[in-house]
Parts: sequence; C-alpha cells; structure tokens
Amino acid sequence: MIVAERKPFDEILEMLSPYKRVLVLGCGGCVTVCLTGGERQAEELASQLRLASRHKSMDLTVDYDCITRQCDREFTENLKESPAQYDCVLSMACGVGVQFMSQLYPDVPFLPAMNTTFYGANTAPGLWEEYCHGCGDCVLALTGGICPIARCSKSLVNGPCGGAQDGKCEVSNQMDCGWHLIYKRLTEKGKVDELRKIRPPINWKTDRGAGVRRLILEEMVEEESEV
Amino acid sequence: MNEPVSNLKSAFESGRFVFTGEIGPPKGTNVQSCLHEAEEYLKDSVTAVNVTDGQTAVMRIGSIAVSNMLLERGIEPVFQMTCRDRNRIALQMDLLSAYSLGIRNVLSLTGDHVAMGDHPEAKPVFDLDSVGLLQAMVKLEAGTDMGRDMKGNPNKLEGAPKFFKGCCVTPCAEEVELQIIKLEKKVEAGAQFVQTQAVYEPAVFEKFMQRIEHLKAPVMVGIVMLKSVGMAKYMNRSVPGVHVPDELITRLSDTAKEDLQRVSIEICGELIRKMKHCCQGAHLMTLGWGHCVPDIIAAALA
Repeated sequence: MIVAERKPFDEILEMLSPYKRVLVLGCGGCVTVCLTGGERQAEELASQLRLASRHKSMDLTVDYDCITRQCDREFTENLKESPAQYDCVLSMACGVGVQFMSQLYPDVPFLPAMNTTFYGANTAPGLWEEYCHGCGDCVLALTGGICPIARCSKSLVNGPCGGAQDGKCEVSNQMDCGWHLIYKRLTEKGKVDELRKIRPPINWKTDRGAGVRRLILEEMVEEESEV
Repeated sequence: MNEPVSNLKSAFESGRFVFTGEIGPPKGTNVQSCLHEAEEYLKDSVTAVNVTDGQTAVMRIGSIAVSNMLLERGIEPVFQMTCRDRNRIALQMDLLSAYSLGIRNVLSLTGDHVAMGDHPEAKPVFDLDSVGLLQAMVKLEAGTDMGRDMKGNPNKLEGAPKFFKGCCVTPCAEEVELQIIKLEKKVEAGAQFVQTQAVYEPAVFEKFMQRIEHLKAPVMVGIVMLKSVGMAKYMNRSVPGVHVPDELITRLSDTAKEDLQRVSIEICGELIRKMKHCCQGAHLMTLGWGHCVPDIIAAALA
C-alpha cells in the first residue's frame, strides 16, 4: 500500500489561514489501512481544527467526510456535499488523491493534510516499512524476494557496502541492512550462489529516467474508442 | 606503448611488498598542509598516495584536483572515486578528466551514505555501485562508454584511457562470505588490486586471505593508526567490520600520553610484520599523523 503520515498540525493550520469553510476529506484506500488518513482520522482532525479555531479566534467552519478512494472518479458520487460548498478541501489522501480530486474540482483548492512517504507493509503493530521503490523493473526473483532497490539505503545491486554493523544499515541502527536480509534468506534456501553473478547497472529509465510514467492498456483504449 | 600504466602496478609486478599512504583533502581551498604531509613524509616512503573522495560524506575539495596536485609534486596518486555523488555520466566524465591529467590509479568505492556526512539533505546518487564503476572503467579502456548511439551500438571514444583499477573489502566483517562474493565480482568486473578496511586481527586476516587465494589480484592490508584509547574504543563501537582486540586497548591505556605516538607506530609495525607473509602490501591510513609513515615502514621491515 501507499503509506502516508499526517503533516504537523501547525503546518496544516498555517495552510488553512486564508480560508473559513473547510472540508476535511478522508480516503478509504491505503491511508485508511495505515491508520493515518481514513474516516476516523478525518473526524479527529476536524475536531482538532474546530478546537484550535475557537482557541485562536480563527472563525473556521469545519466539516468532515470520507470517500472510498480519492484517486478514482466513480467514488466522488458518495460525497455528502459538493466540494464547491467549501472554501477549501483538506485532503487526507496520498498525493495522488489530492491531485486527482483537484483536477475533478478545479475551482476548489485541495490542500494536502498528509506527507506521502512510501510503498510499504504493516510489519509489526504500529510499524510500517518500505518494501518497494516502484523502480519499474522488478528483481525480486533474483534476490530471495527481498528488494535491494527499496531495502538497501544505497540501492546496491551486487551486494552490501562495507557499512553494515550487526546486520543494521550505516544510516541507522534501527534499519536492517537489506543485503543481510537477502543473504540470510538465500542461505536458508541454500541459494547463495545466485548472488555470484554480476548484476548490470540499474536501468533507471523505468524509474524516473524517462520522465513521467504512464501505464497504457491498449485493449481498453481501443474498446473505449469503439464505444 | 609498453610504458607501465602506473608505478603502483609495476611495484606489485616486481613482487616486492608495497606501501601506500593516504591524505584527506581539506574543507576549503587551503591545501598546503595536506600537500606538505604528502611531500614531506609520504613522497619518499610510499609508492602511491590515496586521495579520499569526500570521506564520510563530508564536502571537501575534490579528489581529482588534489590527485593532480600530487602529480605536479612528483607523487603518484590513487584517485579514490565513490558512487555517492555522481551519476554514470559524471563518473565517466571525471574518469576521462582524471586520465587526461595523468591520474592512472583509481580506487572504486561505494561511498558513505549522505546521511553520515555534513549535508544529510543532499540527494544520494548511487546510480552505479562499485562493481558497475569498475565495469565503466573497463568500457572506457576499450574505447567505448556505457551509452549507445542512435543505432544501438556502443559509443566510440576519441582516445581511450588506461587505468590501474582498485577496489576495497572488509576482511573482518560479520558476514565475510558476503564480502567475498562481492570481492569476487569486483575482480571479475576488472579490479586489479585490493585495499582492505583496517585490520587489527592478523589471524582473522590470514584466514580471509586463504579464502580469497583464488583471486589473482594483489591485496594491501589496511592499517589505521590508533591515536588514542578513545579512538580504539570508538572504532569497536562505530566502525563496521573493525575490531580492535582488548590486548591492544590495554596496551594503549597503559601508555603515557607522550609515548602514544611511539606505541601506535610499534603496533602498526607489528601488525604488518604479522601479516606481510600473506599479502602483497600495506595501505597506511595515518589520519593526519603522516610524519609517522617512515617510522611505521621501518618498524614493519625490521
């Protein structure tokens, strides 16, 4: 899933300073699963904002709502009120949702309540960790199912640097060395020899090297145009 | 045409035990003191002098410039090159630039992460890894680069460089097999000599050397001067793959401050004497104590 965390409250308050009527809009997708931007968090943020508004005499009117996904046109039907009723919408979706919604409602400012951080999984209670970098050229079949692009701080493809200590990355001792994880997994499977072949330099073209990325499913494009 | 690529390469070929030193370029333009160290203490003692490349991810004057200043002073540099700050275009450009200035020895390194240094907000590059950088050098030597022309053929260079290519390894690392696998790849990719991380455990090093006997590249054991008890303890705590045994720590703590340098020189000399039978040279990292190099070498050869 896409993991996002809420921006600091003061930064949100500062963003809202030009506006009076605000809709806090949660998203039922990834940010609900990572417990940061779903309906409950939208409700919480709305009441926090009302309190702050009273406290600082900001005269804000704050409602909240949540739709299934902010990155998909069809779910906007479920909005209780049109965004046009508000001076601005504070979106708790990831960066995709914020942009997509503001494209659908160009007359309403959509502001980000979240910092979108990574593609990850919930690996322990209260912990989400980055697992995928979205590089566009998956190597998991070669590395014991553990990604060296996302889980090595330097995205090294031929083995670790000399910086790991006690299996932890030089960047932080809270962070596993991705290459130690790969080595451990392949050792368990008796497949360490798979690491002996030199991997060529990464083709960053599928990452950001060829600019903004798109996915086109030709069949669907044709069907649509036939209709 | 048969001119040797570098004195360092020739020294290994001659079969004698080789010494190299190291200087760290300063933060700023005042290069006098690091050049003085190289000229005064290293020039007549070692075969070549490593010039670090933004060591510990701290911004400093560049390795190419200081390597070139060494050349001008008749000192052969080993240009350390990390993958941290440049993509493959910039790396290849700098390799050609270095060659054009007369730099021949290049040490391929991954580089410390920017998070370790004094610009933690910088974008870490790591477009290539240290294996990829060696492959890039080999391509340049073959008269092509890593790119392709419009027809999909390798781009041809007008004039190709020739390097003596080195790499690094940590012999006392916790997962030594993983280190060895990567070292094998570096040698396969083109590395012609190896420098190691600091070693204080001759027995562990000897075992490591037995495990890489099949690799035909000469190995220089890394010797870092222990300048104080605090530094030795710090290395145990914070430098991955380096272990200073208790016996050395006790010896340093039993030493009066004014004798520290002498004892540190003795330790370096002893370490090299214990390991020189199983490797081809020693890379001396004196961390500003360059004036000790002649004495370390004398102690090592005693």
